[in-house]
Amino acid sequence: MPVERGDSPFVGKLKSAADLEKLKLTILSERDPGKPCITVCMGTGCHAYENEKVFAALEKEIESRGLSKKVELRGTGCHGFCEQGPIVVVFPEEIFYCRVKPEDAAEILSSTISENKVIERLLFKDPLTGRKFTHESEIPFYRYQKRVVFGRNKSIDPKNIDDYIAEGGYQTLAKALVSLTPEEVIREIKRANLRGRGGGGFPAGEKWETTRRAPGEKKYVIVNADEGDPGAYMDRSLLEGNPHLVLEGLILGAYAIRADEGFVYVRQEYPLAVENITLAVKKAEEYGLLGENILGTDFCFKVKIRRGAGAFVSGESSALMSSLEGKVGEPRPKHINTAISGLWGKPSNLNNVETWANVPLIIDRGWEWYSGIGTENNTGTKIFSLVGKVNNTGLIEVPLGTSLRTIIYQIGGGIPGGKKFKAVQTGGPSGGCIPEKFLDMPVDFDSLGELGSMMGSGGMIVMDENSCMVDVARYFMSFLKSESCGKCTSCREGTGLMYDILDRITAGRGSKEDLERLEELAWTTGNTSMCALGKTAANPVLSTLKYFRQEYLAHILDKKCPAGVCKALIRYTIDPEKCTACGRCIRLCPQQAIRGEKDKPAVIDSDRCVRCGICREACRFEAVLVE
Amino acid sequence: METREIDKIIARYNADPQEIMAMFMEIQDKEGYLPKSALSYLADKLHLRLAQLYRLATFYEAFNLKPQGDHQIHVCMGTACHVRGAPQVLDKLQQTLGITAGEVSSDGSFGLKTVNCLGACALGPVVVIDGEYCGHSSPLKMEKILKKYKKHT
Repeated sequence: MPVERGDSPFVGKLKSAADLEKLKLTILSERDPGKPCITVCMGTGCHAYENEKVFAALEKEIESRGLSKKVELRGTGCHGFCEQGPIVVVFPEEIFYCRVKPEDAAEILSSTISENKVIERLLFKDPLTGRKFTHESEIPFYRYQKRVVFGRNKSIDPKNIDDYIAEGGYQTLAKALVSLTPEEVIREIKRANLRGRGGGGFPAGEKWETTRRAPGEKKYVIVNADEGDPGAYMDRSLLEGNPHLVLEGLILGAYAIRADEGFVYVRQEYPLAVENITLAVKKAEEYGLLGENILGTDFCFKVKIRRGAGAFVSGESSALMSSLEGKVGEPRPKHINTAISGLWGKPSNLNNVETWANVPLIIDRGWEWYSGIGTENNTGTKIFSLVGKVNNTGLIEVPLGTSLRTIIYQIGGGIPGGKKFKAVQTGGPSGGCIPEKFLDMPVDFDSLGELGSMMGSGGMIVMDENSCMVDVARYFMSFLKSESCGKCTSCREGTGLMYDILDRITAGRGSKEDLERLEELAWTTGNTSMCALGKTAANPVLSTLKYFRQEYLAHILDKKCPAGVCKALIRYTIDPEKCTACGRCIRLCPQQAIRGEKDKPAVIDSDRCVRCGICREACRFEAVLVE
Repeated sequence: METREIDKIIARYNADPQEIMAMFMEIQDKEGYLPKSALSYLADKLHLRLAQLYRLATFYEAFNLKPQGDHQIHVCMGTACHVRGAPQVLDKLQQTLGITAGEVSSDGSFGLKTVNCLGACALGPVVVIDGEYCGHSSPLKMEKILKKYKKHT
């Protein structure tokens, strides 16, 4: 049955590059490119929209119509357009259906598969223009992207190694093992100028070379999948959606560095990523792509999966290595380079998931091709998670150097509900908030740093006029305060003190002197902490102070929160003009704080009100106002 | 937890102290938390100090040292969820259950926890109850969902 495609007909180890090529041809010969194939996105975003029920419904329909041999059903990796899940694409025409429900399965089979008819109702409708699109590539969200790393997610079943091999997977590894020396692999990565996608932007080739040249026989390579930045989930989707791509990159790196052991350190909060990469490693071992004498050469390499247990600071390279050793994941002093003395004191090369996923592409197509994408010092593409107050939420991939405006307006479709853009937060807790006047800045490793933010691992959280920038700064400080490991006094105490001040300001008890104190604390914390967490902890505060000082002053001097967020400074009221006296808010208010009589507008008792917002959410006439 | 079961877990990881976190996770998967007796036994078997195990168990967010409620509620406090109203959702849950995040309701039916980011930002604010994702959550939705779960218990 074509639906269960986890097991392949092939059993045994591949002994040479020719074996791999033969296997690819066998897989392809058994596949008919003209055969209709229905793909369902099995990523976590779509999972939350019950993609499994959609998959099961399609499976049942295919079977009951006796089409099991004529139609293929495939669960694929994340398509990135998570806002529109569950996503179903019908090949070969690539008809793109979104927000599909299990009830739609029958019609997809009867109309699209049997009669080649497009179901209008399931097509994507642009929220701005109202236009409908039949194919994925025409939708503005996809049209402005360049999906070189992420692109194959949509056609590959991440649980099936044959899908990856059919698309030319592991061919690059085979090519490198036969025709490139480890030095040549490193040279290619260096010339491509691949920079670390985890946020540091350090040239990967240089790091590899340091580890390779470091004395000692035993060396390690590590995949950092401890994606901790809140609001970022690129690595998760790559590991879930195309684990073999990451694995192939890692094996190439191990070959170049001459490491014989590797680790994938993945957050336990990402169960599907753990599952898919574990399966990928197992399958690669079965196929002889991992283990002893890979593809018949004398190169040996094994990979282990380790689950991280939720400590933000453990995403730092030296801390992650401590955690791998079964210790507390705290950073070590930086004068010891992990590339020379890392895991168990051995030379260890750690790169982020996305960095590893870029490696096979560079070795396959060459550094000239790669450096043709992006800008001079920022080559290649970058995956961002475009989230928050933006119409088209999801994962996007663009060449480095693309402007914030293109990303937010052309790909993201602008701000929902006709609201005004206020800021975009990049770089996670180490980053900053960028205001509207810099929307034309190119997004790359260097430019955002000049604005007091950073590109970071790729989180991009859009905020509108209803987002309070003091509250956002307080939010990040609360995060950093609890995630600081406490080793450096300045970080432990500095983040705590900055949080106290921000909390005071949002409660309406701030003073003007507090702003100076914040700046002073920011300087001290940043300049006297050991790892990046402390060094950059002040960025959310400094960037909001720099660009949104007026908002801080409104909280301090006028005791007002202009965005209507800070509870202590707002008041809920009911617009008597709009209120229809339906009584819904009165019934739902958990505090019994709303009074009303028949045919008279309701009134909120401010003293009893706890500002939970239920009345505002419940009101169908937008009569509840925030002052 | 019976020592026999812990022995099995230890054997699965070849009694390798480097795999201690994986062992913790297996114990927690079964028990919902790390019982003191299990930690003592583990320390003995692996020749580690109990204090060392507690240091690990308290450092990492994922481990619980107390029994958890029948239903586990995780509220995502990631940035994307925050700007879309996660604090109001958390407030509502805390108010209704009469506990703060990190605690278990007095009847033992609900455990409430916050998480930094679940990586499902497009669905924000996200709440996960017993592994089921509830996207685009709101204070009002929470009230309805809690009622549904209360009926189940």
